[in-house]
Amino acid sequence: MGERIATRDAYGDALLELGKKRKEVVVLDADLSGSTKTAKFAKVFPERFYNIGISEQDLIGTASGLSLTGKLPFASTFAVFETGRAWEQIRQTISYSSLNVKLVATHSGITVAEDGASHQAIEDIALMRVLPNMTVIVPADGIETKQVIEAIADFYGPVYVRLGRSKVPVVMPDDYKFTIGKAYRFHIGKDANIIAAGIMVSVSLDAMEMLKKEGIDAGVINMPTVKPLDNDAVIEAAKASGLIVTAEEHSVIGGLGGAVCEFLAENYPVPVKRIGIKDTFGCSGPSDELMKLYGLTADDIVRTVKQGLKR
Amino acid sequence: MSQVSRADDIEFLKEQAKTVRIGILKMLAEAGSGHTGGSLSAADVATALYFSKMKHNPKDPAWKERDRFILSKGHAAPLLYTVLALSGYFDKSLLKTLRKIGSPLQGHPCSKLLPGVEISTGSLGQGLSIANGIAMGLKMDGMNSRVYCMLGDGETQEGQVWEAAMTAAHYRLDNVCAIIDNNGLQIDGHCCDIMALEPITEKWNAFGWHVIDIDGHDMKAILGALDEAEGIKEKPTMIVARTVKGKGVSFFEGKVQYHGMAPTSEELERALKELE
Ligand SMILES: Cc1ncc(C[n+]2csc(CCOP(=O)(O)OP(=O)(O)O)c2C)c(N)n1
Ligand SMILES: [Mg+2]
Repeated sequence: MGERIATRDAYGDALLELGKKRKEVVVLDADLSGSTKTAKFAKVFPERFYNIGISEQDLIGTASGLSLTGKLPFASTFAVFETGRAWEQIRQTISYSSLNVKLVATHSGITVAEDGASHQAIEDIALMRVLPNMTVIVPADGIETKQVIEAIADFYGPVYVRLGRSKVPVVMPDDYKFTIGKAYRFHIGKDANIIAAGIMVSVSLDAMEMLKKEGIDAGVINMPTVKPLDNDAVIEAAKASGLIVTAEEHSVIGGLGGAVCEFLAENYPVPVKRIGIKDTFGCSGPSDELMKLYGLTADDIVRTVKQGLKR
Repeated sequence: MSQVSRADDIEFLKEQAKTVRIGILKMLAEAGSGHTGGSLSAADVATALYFSKMKHNPKDPAWKERDRFILSKGHAAPLLYTVLALSGYFDKSLLKTLRKIGSPLQGHPCSKLLPGVEISTGSLGQGLSIANGIAMGLKMDGMNSRVYCMLGDGETQEGQVWEAAMTAAHYRLDNVCAIIDNNGLQIDGHCCDIMALEPITEKWNAFGWHVIDIDGHDMKAILGALDEAEGIKEKPTMIVARTVKGKGVSFFEGKVQYHGMAPTSEELERALKELE
């Protein structure tokens, strides 16, 4: 568990490998290729890379057009601009016509850090999840990111992949095989189960160990595909423990927590506690301090689980 | 091979444009709602494209070598549906189902439901970006198909249009030919009063486009411009088609209120008399 890799770095490498294997892969960026790591692909395949400039709406439209000629476009920029500025372009063209465009955004969540609230997308999962035909994936680490990029290339349809800027611990096993729509059960607990995505998977695993020392059997499920949700895994977790805690580096409104609550309320109502950004904006600061400030640490999860059990 | 042979017969195209206008009016009257003015203003250019200029195959809408047409001003759907039906993409009887429940002829074009519609449109300002992407893909594949994109003049108030204008020039997309249906009107009034657009020609020139200014109802001028555009290398072409909103029906012409109003049955009768 010692290694730390930013999911955007894993993306840059995976995209380059994919480009070598499949010549229909084209990549578009909006003047952030150095940060999103699409520059790696651009350097090797300049004829298949389009920098569209600082124009995210045009980025989405152009990617859509390329997909209509049978290309496999990956369009990347920061999550806040991709899903915010170009939301309607994504809705009207990619989602409505179910185009084979891969929207891979980096710099999601508060771990964007020093750039502050303007650059920290904490609503992107909600914005993408509400769109018909859209698949939404939040990889937990570098290993999963690589798998996700390969899997979505083989899948026909629109996909949003949410990546981060900061280095995150590697948590998935080497032989892990990602499947769209399938959760990964680290452990199913008898007292509580934490359903997490992205960077919060490793934080949840830390919390699980801490709770174990106190005699509390909490499980952790990595839910990389927020849409379509792995309903079976959610039910299994709810049946096993009767308390569900969701954990994500996103607003508590409309993201993974929202998706789990919507599903459980209709199908297997159990108490749910949501860990996430509590309907507020982020701010500037170092990643780890922001995680503390916004209640996204293992201590916060431990406290939340205990509160949930005390009812 | 294209099903529609190149017909440079101007007289034929003029007649065909009349047929297109009649089709538009009938389907709108039947639907009871929809966009009359902007369908009629663009009818001559669309007729020239579908019945003369474009390589396309109604029997095989996905034919790889076809030229593409993107109706960025998607509210002119009745125009698109009429030229598609007359070309043979689907049965003309479908035209009567415009805007009805279960119909593939949605209020704005939906590519998932109707063959011949390249991509769904309706939210203004987005079509040119899509046209550029198609043009890039075609170039990568070494295809010499062309991509036509029809915009409204009011539509060019959208910022994305100018993003796409830069992209087409930057990537030297000479297989892109856009047309502005410059009828001078939008919903709330005259473009010059709502948000002035002129000088249109100079703007597109400054953005690196080859610009051709024409009377958008002069069939010979339209064909001439489309041919000229094909010869332009290293640059996209913009045809500024000076048109009249509601063209062809005297009591609709230049009337802002007929942007989004369908003809009543009485208006239809009068309109058909004028056209026939
Ligand atoms: C993004 C967006 N905003 C608003 C509308 C509503 N709308 C439909 S048509 C129209 C006016 C269009 O004017 P113009 O582009 O000049 O078209 P034309 O005159 O050819 O009908 C508007 C504002 C829309 N369809 N899309
Ligand atoms: Mg107009």
